[in-house]
Amino acid sequence: MLNKEQIAQRIAREIKNGQYINLGIGIPTLVANYIPDELEVVLHSENGLLGVGPFPTEDKVDPDLINAGKQTISMVKGSALFNSSDSFAMIRGGHVDLTILGAMEVSENGDIANWKIPGKMVKGMGGAMDLVAAAQNIIVAMQHCSKSGQSKLLKKCTLPITGIKCVNKIVTDLAVLKVLPEGGFKLLERAPGVSIEEIQSKTEGRLIVSGEVTEMKLV
Amino acid sequence: MINKTVKNAEEAVRDIPSNAVLMLGGFGLCGIPENCIQALLEKDISGLTCISNNAGVDDFGIGLMLVKRMVKKMISSYVGENVEFERQLLSGELEVELIPQGTLAERTRAGGAGIPAFFTPAGVGTEVAAGKEIREFDGKLYILERWLKADFSLVKAWKGDTAGNLIFKGTARNFNPMMAAAGKITIAEVEELVPAGELDPNQIHTPGIFVQRIFQGRDYEKRIEKRTIREK
Repeated sequence: MLNKEQIAQRIAREIKNGQYINLGIGIPTLVANYIPDELEVVLHSENGLLGVGPFPTEDKVDPDLINAGKQTISMVKGSALFNSSDSFAMIRGGHVDLTILGAMEVSENGDIANWKIPGKMVKGMGGAMDLVAAAQNIIVAMQHCSKSGQSKLLKKCTLPITGIKCVNKIVTDLAVLKVLPEGGFKLLERAPGVSIEEIQSKTEGRLIVSGEVTEMKLV
Repeated sequence: MINKTVKNAEEAVRDIPSNAVLMLGGFGLCGIPENCIQALLEKDISGLTCISNNAGVDDFGIGLMLVKRMVKKMISSYVGENVEFERQLLSGELEVELIPQGTLAERTRAGGAGIPAFFTPAGVGTEVAAGKEIREFDGKLYILERWLKADFSLVKAWKGDTAGNLIFKGTARNFNPMMAAAGKITIAEVEELVPAGELDPNQIHTPGIFVQRIFQGRDYEKRIEKRTIREK
């Protein structure tokens, strides 16, 4: 079973040279720590920055420089700043190559729910609906089950959805799965020490196991 | 050059009445019109509709206007940092329209640019699409979204001149430029106000035509929501 850092580490292996990448709040933010040095990629922050750098040192903290999670950040060399309208033109216009975001639920046809629990939690969708509606390649980082043990990989989302048929790949604490165009979660890899049976029992949606399912490599 | 300067925040917001529709710039607490919000808090007005990406935090920014019950309706994309907001929303005391962030940005841009409506893919198949026209373009579905405009837009810039030209810094730009254009009366507060002619025209982000009033702000707190640092 993977911890959050390891989920981020595994997702980092999906990143390709030259990509512009949007990282959502939570586990996706951690992915930045594991991007191999030899890759030249640019991180997009929807509040108006291309070229997100690491957290600043104490003396370089600038309240006018934050990421979409409201954390203080730095800029890498060659960064660009812009307004929110331009930022979403990049997203909707299909200029961002890879989007990594968290989810509360994903359905077997690739629907995602991550913005609202009716009557309990209302945070808003932020930029997630724009991202999932337009991004070419969406990877979801999430726990396989909720805290109460309910599967989050479902036949159909029970929560209000954020976008339809948009998720390509899911990396959980138990597995790497691909959402097939015709529907279903195809099991690609299992976390170290996790059996296919366990993944099956914790996946409510249709799990497709065919061919060899390798154990994840983290480095 | 037309001089847009007013003395201070109090003078700038003097004629904002109850039930006005306001736009307030900022992302989180970054680039919010701190001085204008403070001046509004000292006015006896209510029933406001506030269009702003976020709703501040409990004890700063728009959050203070919510505590004082000045706001009837919020139009935002993300309000997760605000406990009082969530309470008023869940109890039904506050009317809320949550819209995707890119749709908020574009509706605001459209308002300032004289584009009454446009199609966007954001929210197709979700509750955001309820009651809206859906149309297919090149095999994909899009939602018709309308422009947003405000009676008053309150924006914050880094530098400005007496002609109303604005320059923003870092990620404090965010929604401010589109909101400046979408306000019938746009009030800009700046950290540094200089005479017209002193800013490089090549560097202007928001041209003065979009700004009706400008003043030199003071005592900026620029509160940080999540101070994250690394060693060395």
